[in-house]
Amino acid sequence: MTIHDSPQTFVREDDGATLRIHGSAIGDRVYSGAITFFAVCVPLLLLAVAWELGVAGWPALHKFGFGFLTSSDWDPVKGEFGAAPAIYGTIVSSIIALALATPLAIGVSLFLSELAPRWLKQPVGFLVDLLAAIPSVVYGLWGIFVLLPVLRDPVMPFLRDTLQLDRTGLFSGPAYGPSMLAAGIILAIMVLPYIASVSREVLMAVPRSQREAALALGATRWEAIRGAVLPYARSGIVGGVILGLGRALGETMAVTMLIGNRAEIATSLFAPGYTMASLLANEFSEASSDAHLSALMAVAFVLFVITLIVNAIARWLVWRVSRGTSGRVA
Amino acid sequence: MAPPIRPTLRQRAFSERTVRTLERRRIVSGIMLGVLAGAAVLAVLPLIFIFGHLLATGMSSLSWDFFTKMPKPVGESGGGLANAIVGTLILIVIASAFGLPVGVGAGLYLAEQKGSKLANSVRFLSDVLNGLPSIVMGIFAWQFLVRPFGHFSALAGGIALGAMMIPMVARTTEEMVGIVPVSLREAALALGYPRWRTSIAVVLRTASAGIVTGALVAIARIAGETAPLLFTAFGNLFWSTSLKQPIAALPLQVFSYAISPYDAWHSLAWAGALVLIALIFIISLIARFATRARFATGGGD
Repeated sequence: MTIHDSPQTFVREDDGATLRIHGSAIGDRVYSGAITFFAVCVPLLLLAVAWELGVAGWPALHKFGFGFLTSSDWDPVKGEFGAAPAIYGTIVSSIIALALATPLAIGVSLFLSELAPRWLKQPVGFLVDLLAAIPSVVYGLWGIFVLLPVLRDPVMPFLRDTLQLDRTGLFSGPAYGPSMLAAGIILAIMVLPYIASVSREVLMAVPRSQREAALALGATRWEAIRGAVLPYARSGIVGGVILGLGRALGETMAVTMLIGNRAEIATSLFAPGYTMASLLANEFSEASSDAHLSALMAVAFVLFVITLIVNAIARWLVWRVSRGTSGRVA
Repeated sequence: MAPPIRPTLRQRAFSERTVRTLERRRIVSGIMLGVLAGAAVLAVLPLIFIFGHLLATGMSSLSWDFFTKMPKPVGESGGGLANAIVGTLILIVIASAFGLPVGVGAGLYLAEQKGSKLANSVRFLSDVLNGLPSIVMGIFAWQFLVRPFGHFSALAGGIALGAMMIPMVARTTEEMVGIVPVSLREAALALGYPRWRTSIAVVLRTASAGIVTGALVAIARIAGETAPLLFTAFGNLFWSTSLKQPIAALPLQVFSYAISPYDAWHSLAWAGALVLIALIFIISLIARFATRARFATGGGD
């Protein structure tokens, strides 16, 4: 260390400053190296998940090929694995969830952004957000002991017999309770807060002038909402719905507890079914053979890829809108 | 001077119709606004039902034993979930020990290298990671940390939960560091602080209340997760605090009691769910207070 060896050649302040610059160069390098490492952890983690699941699921994907996605024969005993019932169930339960949750979520966000008096905004918004804080397993518990009995007795017979909807094929057969419909309803409640919070954020970002212009032209309040506010917020709301879809596709516990877990494709929503996530939760710990395990890994891989794509689309849509309206409005 | 603009016939017909139909349009508007208010009521109802039932049923099955006793086998009455409560707390600690440093570090990077290509892709990918189904994370942790070692462990469960915290913590850290005034950073640099010390001692410290809030919100979210623990922490009917052994967790216990056929276990499930929600609530409340403290000091200086 030349600085320490020859103190006479430097005045005291210089000495300190030089030392500090020396120290900081190393410190800066260590610091930026560390945070870069942590940042790189995120893509690495995703890659590791894809790699591990892909490798473990490869034997099944290789053996059954494309038929893995289209065959509805899931029989661990015979060693036949087709994931179609689980994929079908995942899609159907998510569609039910979105069909029920989207209008409600848009309704409540419009209420909060356009109608609600100041004092009501905070509490109602808080209550809706609170839905997101309830753990999946608690939804499942509530579903088993409250939702299923209600579905079994008044709701399902009402839909089937009183409204005579059994002719559609969707609401027919015995009303046991655990069913695609039950899973769809619980999913609807669970994704509602996600869709609502994105929609609310997007709606709040619609400029006041947009509403005022419509009202000034003589529009009623509803016409202003429909003609000026909603079109402005549309793609952001769509992003929120797709984000909700991502949640619905991967929800595990509540669905496992309510869907009945049977690997069959049935038209009736009263019939039990399977989703990819519930299939994994149900069979993974008792996978009987390497082939079974590999098939389950392949299902996990497919679920991973699907949610990856759905989330990427949703983020892109929301990002595009929030960029368009100059920054986030919390 | 230009001649006055006269409305065309079509325009006039349109405006006359607008006025003529005003009454009807007002009624439609009123109905639709009513529908919106109805949607708001309907959206809040499930929460009230769930909480009402949870409080009513959970409270009646909650007792002192629940917090102090171990689970009893079928047939014996009483018993509690002491091991599951401790297990959940241990899992939270492991998850935080893994997820918080990585999340905060990644968030710092995102805030300080704002425009860089890596930052943009990390930001996007962390949002994608945030939407990853928790069961997928659980199976990944099984493949990575359980299969090679041949046994379930608390460590694997905690790591799975910690991995889920990373994207949440990273994004809140980024946001909180982002709102620290640049002048503060410049002042520190002008006083001769090296960059790394400025970032840690000045910027990170200023943003710390917000980051703590974000961390608590993330903890509240993972505390109730069940799916990632099914094949990692696995659950344990006995007292265990070893990181290398399977460990009990409140959500896992609620799950297995809920799908059991016994009434006594059902009421334990309700009590467990109530305690779980209470735990999440307390964590969220502390988070709110931390936020408020931040705003209070923010107003002061």
